[in-house]
Amino acid sequence: MSDDAPAGRGGRGGLGALTEQPAQASPAGDVLVEASNLEVHFPIRSGTPLRGTTGHVRAVDGVDLQVRRGETLGLVGESGCGKSTLGNALLRLVEPTAGSVVFDGVDLTSMKRSQLRALRRRMAMIFQDPFASLDPRRTVGDTIGEPLAIHGLHRGRDRRRGRVGELMEVVGLNPDHHNRYPHEFSGGQRQRVGIARALAGEPDFVVCDEPIASLDVSVQAQVVNLLRRLQSEFGLTYLFVSHDLAAVRQIADRVAVMYLGRVVEVGPATSVVASPQHPYTEALVSAIPVPVPARERERERIVLHGDIPSPANPPSGCRFRTRCPKVFEPCPDHDPVLQLVGDQQEAACHLHGVTG
Amino acid sequence: MTSEPDTASVPVATEKHRPRWAETLLLLVRNPMAIASGLVLIGLLVVGLFGQWLAPYGHNEQFVGGQLEAPSGSHWFGTDEAGRDVFSRVLLGAEVSLRVGAVAVGISLVAGVLIGLLAGYYGRWLDDALMRFMDMLFAFPALLMAIAVLAILGRGENNAMIAIGIVYTPIFARVTRASVLTVREDVFIRASRSSGAGDARIIFRHVLPNAAPPIIVQTTISLAFAILSEAALSFVGLGTQPPNPSWGRMLSEGRGFIEHAWWMALFPGLAIFVTVLAFNVLGDALRDVLDPRQRSTLSGKGAR
Repeated sequence: MSDDAPAGRGGRGGLGALTEQPAQASPAGDVLVEASNLEVHFPIRSGTPLRGTTGHVRAVDGVDLQVRRGETLGLVGESGCGKSTLGNALLRLVEPTAGSVVFDGVDLTSMKRSQLRALRRRMAMIFQDPFASLDPRRTVGDTIGEPLAIHGLHRGRDRRRGRVGELMEVVGLNPDHHNRYPHEFSGGQRQRVGIARALAGEPDFVVCDEPIASLDVSVQAQVVNLLRRLQSEFGLTYLFVSHDLAAVRQIADRVAVMYLGRVVEVGPATSVVASPQHPYTEALVSAIPVPVPARERERERIVLHGDIPSPANPPSGCRFRTRCPKVFEPCPDHDPVLQLVGDQQEAACHLHGVTG
Repeated sequence: MTSEPDTASVPVATEKHRPRWAETLLLLVRNPMAIASGLVLIGLLVVGLFGQWLAPYGHNEQFVGGQLEAPSGSHWFGTDEAGRDVFSRVLLGAEVSLRVGAVAVGISLVAGVLIGLLAGYYGRWLDDALMRFMDMLFAFPALLMAIAVLAILGRGENNAMIAIGIVYTPIFARVTRASVLTVREDVFIRASRSSGAGDARIIFRHVLPNAAPPIIVQTTISLAFAILSEAALSFVGLGTQPPNPSWGRMLSEGRGFIEHAWWMALFPGLAIFVTVLAFNVLGDALRDVLDPRQRSTLSGKGAR
């Protein structure tokens, strides 16, 4: 078979159990996942035998974020800004230091681990590296079927195998290949295996952690299309983590921009890209190439100078002030909070009125 | 795990589909040394299992008047000071050596792997506590430690197995822990946890199989050392008790007659040599196939 099956392949015929997934008939804008003042700090250990702690990396440092049922929320920012950590913390795959995450009305942060494990059926994650995220010693059928085994779904050998076959078809893989090992597949196919595993428990919420970043450009579009199709078929809610605002604009309904452990701007994807309200977002948007040569030549790039500050020791006041082209006097003293700046757009910048 | 060639550009359908262990075996039989040592070990296993039917004489059958006879057509390896056939005793001794080696390594494998899994997976204080305890055991010279254990438990074959098992536990604990530490951080472990898998499932279905190659290699090498230790313990009289045949025991008994009857010591010594060599060569070959990256670290640990 070719390197990657077309995204639409197989699909509809074998949905069976998948279509039982209730397409939640809840009002638009209903919040599925909500993070409040979420903090994830990693201790820096000194390495001495007594393991003194010499400081904390504030990977996520006070984030309020809402993911609405059925939407795709894009989460963008540069490497090291804490976006992946935030994605993991929303599923409590890393332990938050402070704050809370409420999933469909249930507080995940105060939950016992055993209760949380049962709830994991309803949330899933798709990982960046399709080579590293599959156990090389298990067949892809075992990998895809693992959530079924864990949660006791589709009990019985034949039923489980049938279900795994359905899932493989849904993501465009040949169900006859369930006995193969990950190394026998291409990158794009492995990512489909990862997606099938994520779908196995019929989740409501899927965190896609840079799902296309390590794929060939030709395969990226196929995987994005697959994710889109699955979302509409199964009523999924996505958090789509990426460093690529241009890609996020294509798939996300809303976008949240992160800088150094904070969300600095959030709003509908189109308006955030068309009229960014935070200087950092402006810089990100200015880096997107325009597919019209005449306009591309006129495109003015805002180049940020300096490195991203250490998250172990963030600047006082506004964290972006050390690189901000529009820095002015309240910035070092006041830590801005998100404020409504448009219809549904929020930004954390003193240019819209000094806060904090 | 990560060093396998990328098969992305190869059309999957034309590739012959084989499970991983079959591929490993195919790679292994390409190595003539591995085949040779494998054949030796299979032969040894046959001798160990069926020795009593293969041996021309019983292990305590005495030829009165035929003591200390040089090798001949009727006694290939000669006879000892009691007039017993050395060839028969070497064949029957294989069973003792293999049994003691296998049981002793079995004990240290199970104990060491469990300790290494717990220490490596949970880390923190459990890691510190378990591994410092292993360091304590490791600090004693192996044979001295085994002798100390036998001094407590009393001499004999069964106690020798336990003593050797205890002595080799820290090696397995260390190898396992080191391997677990690298696997523990793999993304597929996080993926499994994100699906709701519990610790037991992650440890036994994901961590252990992926941490296994260096442990398998260590097992073959340890078998050689355990057989050597059994011989040493029997040599000093703490292991297999007379009149049962044991290579180490025969070696020690033959030592007194080395000037008059070299065959009494030579043939059991050769048996130990060939067996240990075969296990070591197989261990090396397995390491090349399973885990090339571990080469230097393991030679250091195996040298003990």
